[in-house]
Amino acid sequence: MAEILETTRVYGRVLRAQVRSQAQYRTSMLLEILGSMVVNGLDIATVFVLFSVTGALGGFNGTEVLLMTALAAAGFTVGDLVAGSSDRLREYVRSGLFDSLLVRPLSALVQLAVITFALRRVGRAAQGLVLYVVALCVADIPWTVGRVLFAVIVPISGAVFFASLFIGGATVAFWWIESGEVANAFTYGGRDFTSYPSTMYGGWFRDLFTLGLGFGFVAYFPGLVLLGKPDPLGLPTAVAWCSPLVAVIAACVAAVFWRIGVRHYRSTGS
Amino acid sequence: MIISARGLRKDFTVTRKVGRLRRERHVVSAVDGVDLTVERGELLGYIGPNGAGKSTTLKMLTGVLTPSGGEVRVCGLEPVAKRTTLARRIGVVFGQRSQLWWDLPLEDSFSLLRHIYRVPEGDHAARLKQCSDLLGLDEFRHTPVRQLSLGQRMRGELTAALLHGPEVLFLDEPTIGLDVLSKQAVRSFLTDLDRRGDTTVVLTTHDLADIEKLCRRLVVIDHGHVVHDGTLDELHARYRSRRIIVADLDTPWPEGLTLPGAVVTSVEADARRVTLTLDGAAAGEVVAALAQAVSLRDLSVQEPNIEDVVSRLYRDES
Repeated sequence: MAEILETTRVYGRVLRAQVRSQAQYRTSMLLEILGSMVVNGLDIATVFVLFSVTGALGGFNGTEVLLMTALAAAGFTVGDLVAGSSDRLREYVRSGLFDSLLVRPLSALVQLAVITFALRRVGRAAQGLVLYVVALCVADIPWTVGRVLFAVIVPISGAVFFASLFIGGATVAFWWIESGEVANAFTYGGRDFTSYPSTMYGGWFRDLFTLGLGFGFVAYFPGLVLLGKPDPLGLPTAVAWCSPLVAVIAACVAAVFWRIGVRHYRSTGS
Repeated sequence: MIISARGLRKDFTVTRKVGRLRRERHVVSAVDGVDLTVERGELLGYIGPNGAGKSTTLKMLTGVLTPSGGEVRVCGLEPVAKRTTLARRIGVVFGQRSQLWWDLPLEDSFSLLRHIYRVPEGDHAARLKQCSDLLGLDEFRHTPVRQLSLGQRMRGELTAALLHGPEVLFLDEPTIGLDVLSKQAVRSFLTDLDRRGDTTVVLTTHDLADIEKLCRRLVVIDHGHVVHDGTLDELHARYRSRRIIVADLDTPWPEGLTLPGAVVTSVEADARRVTLTLDGAAAGEVVAALAQAVSLRDLSVQEPNIEDVVSRLYRDES
């Protein structure tokens, strides 16, 4: 335990150094923070404007859809805060800078997350969480102790799910340096998919993304659990509670990809 | 034995386009069966032409690259499997990959590294002072790393690699691109480190002065193979490099004159300058014989040139 605490403290220091480094370019950082505040504000406004006009989607009313959108947003933005920059792994692999992470007595993965940390993502995560709290308040939720706990856990498991996706996608760089934007189809595409009830989509596409790739467990199923509604697609309620489990599985898969990837790392010239 | 490698190999798969869609895969062995043992406290020069496999070997020893075959142990550990444990016991300076925080003052990097390696405050201060005195860090320790000259940065890198008191220090071309003064500073620092004897140093370099001044033992690698492992003298002996005597004379060199233990290689400047290559005899004997035979105006003895030896070595194997 003390060991974990000490390690966390070390990462904390490296993270603060990273923020301090960014703060060296003061104007750039201020503009970035200002810009992201404006964008985040507009994002929230868009959601409310959208829901004030129509709202009902795929058999759910406005506040219900908002809850799912907010769950997706909270999961994605927090996951993005932690691992959203991992696609920069490509630069590190291509330039061979990844070497310098491997010669330190720290996890290369956590180091990567820390040194690519971008302050502007804090704003986005805050936005996602605010939206989630608002959605919880306006939605018609039959609160129980179980649901309260679930409401706390679900954005975390959503964040773990998206973080795993970011990391898993980034590891492609170990095999194909010119991996391009393939991974983004799943991360950003996944966010867009999860923002709406799965019932909106049709056929094999829905089944593949909702169940096969697990995106339904970020917002759709947890939304049903919180609202106390049965799944219109007919899956048993127990499945809907499985979001944390799915997140753990995703994290394990990403970890395996990472481990194998690091062993494939080829470095570059001298 | 602090480093041991047996049959160490690293293969890279290279794909090459043939035709519109087809690609051919080739396996290239960057390191092809390297055997190496290094004892504690040695300073080893690992040299070879570009692309010989020097850096690849170093990266396998430090746990950065996973070997394709063979066995390797550093500090008794398997580098890749025990990467983070090993990282605490080795120091690394890869010339082109900085360990320092680019935008922060140099001293910030040092204090971050103290926490990363969990070095007790007292040890850290003592080691920092020692490095600082030897490398003259004081004048630029408050400067952000990005504003340092290459020479200053390299001194910073060396310090950063040594603050946790590593058992082995790996240096990949530490003097590349440095000015004369910085090179000297780095060399004398390494000489000092070597003299103290508690740090094993493995150094790759193209700089022949580094080799002559620092490395008692040389391992020469080419095309992934070790082609020489021994002292500089042994390298000279093996490639029959000899000392040369150049003599300026008052009177022309008498044609047909021979001296025991030396071969006349050239007679120039109206036969008033003669070049002799030593062949077995000591320089003193030849000089004495020379002084008796002719009237000497000036004389110089030239050491065998490592440059020649190494370039011959590189050519030989390629």
